[in-house]
Amino acid sequence: MPNFDLAAVLTDEFRGWLLDGFLLSIELTAITWLIALPLATFIALCRLSSVRVARGLGFALVEGFRNIPLLVQLLFWYFAVPELLPEALRSWLYEHDAEIVCAVAGLTFYTAAFMAEDIRSGIRAVPVTQLEAARALGFSFLASMRRIVLPQAVRIIVPPLISQTLNLWKNTSIATVIGTAELMYQAQRVETASFRGVETFTVVTLAYLAVSLLITALSVWFQRRFPVRAS
Amino acid sequence: MIDIIDTYWLYFLVGQYPDGPLGGLVLTLLLGFTAVVLALPLGVLLGLARVSVRRWLRWPVTALVYVVRGTPLLMVVFWAYFFLPSVTGHKTNQFTTMLAALVFFNGAYLAEIVRAGIQGIAKGQMECARSLGLNYTQAMRYIILPQAARNMLPSLVNQFVTTIKETSLGYIIGLAELSFVASQINTQLLTRPVAVFGTLALAYFILCLGLSRIAYYLEVRRSRVAT
Repeated sequence: MPNFDLAAVLTDEFRGWLLDGFLLSIELTAITWLIALPLATFIALCRLSSVRVARGLGFALVEGFRNIPLLVQLLFWYFAVPELLPEALRSWLYEHDAEIVCAVAGLTFYTAAFMAEDIRSGIRAVPVTQLEAARALGFSFLASMRRIVLPQAVRIIVPPLISQTLNLWKNTSIATVIGTAELMYQAQRVETASFRGVETFTVVTLAYLAVSLLITALSVWFQRRFPVRAS
Repeated sequence: MIDIIDTYWLYFLVGQYPDGPLGGLVLTLLLGFTAVVLALPLGVLLGLARVSVRRWLRWPVTALVYVVRGTPLLMVVFWAYFFLPSVTGHKTNQFTTMLAALVFFNGAYLAEIVRAGIQGIAKGQMECARSLGLNYTQAMRYIILPQAARNMLPSLVNQFVTTIKETSLGYIIGLAELSFVASQINTQLLTRPVAVFGTLALAYFILCLGLSRIAYYLEVRRSRVAT
């Protein structure tokens, strides 16, 4: 590697691009997370429901979104979905950063499908007898869920949810295929403009790693602070 | 959608082959399969290093695994794109680039599967093997790994499904796998994105759902054997 020169890709202009990309990646992660979590909870409850139709819907959503590559889903959201929309909605979409909206849509459903399975298996991991005992002691169904089952389930659910968040953070990079100007997109832009691939990718890899390690540290902290109790 | 499958099924399946390079679904499967097969020995080596008693081996490998798992695959693909030509001295084609990235990336993930598999075997097995006179390598080779392998099988199949999905990133570096072929058909037709990308999604769905059902079946059978 002749003359490795980090300063060459950290000029004011390039630094601005990379920083914009980094912030957009963070935004994508945050917005997606906020929509995906309630959606995942809903899907998980569907799958646990005693209503057959709800179970079927939950199953279809989870298997559908988990078994199609995120890249393909993003292509579908960006190229195919607008065709299915009414004219007014489509032009609104193209006026409002279609590539960001589509990236959030694709990432949300993909992430929610994985989170739903973590939530479902977390709730199922709490023995049924816990619920039965609570009911026998006179708690209502909702009260026993809220006070007995969920507090135990949360300790099991949170660590896998954090690792899904880490996956989400890494997956934002794939949004580059539909031209979302996140970190990976800006990396390619800086690389093309500066002809310094190694330096650019070093900076960007470190940026991805920094956030990833932060998320991993959060997971380790949580599991130490709130270990799963044997029931 | 039917008419598109009818017209382009061969293109979806093998790309431009035999008039051009192999592509399409066959390339996706070939890439995914080769990547897992080559990543497996790497994963076993890294996994053994992760549980090793030697710190000089365990610490660097642990760090490596954490670094790779904290990096997006796309980043690794770009690194491969840049580094491989300077290592091998000539321009690497997209298949080799993608394969190298997938093997390296999956090696780190398989390492964790192998580690979990080894650590899931009761400690007494190793102690027993050692007290019967086997050395560490023999105990690993004949006692621990065969048992761990059975526990790891469902995770391995799941990793294969993940890898199949990951091969779609080949699209970004212009490798003619399934997604790339589909987007080319889309460019040719221009007006049928719903049908083309719908077909593409369906193809992956059938492939991956089928494979993950196998993993599920193996998991059920394993837990039945265990109890």
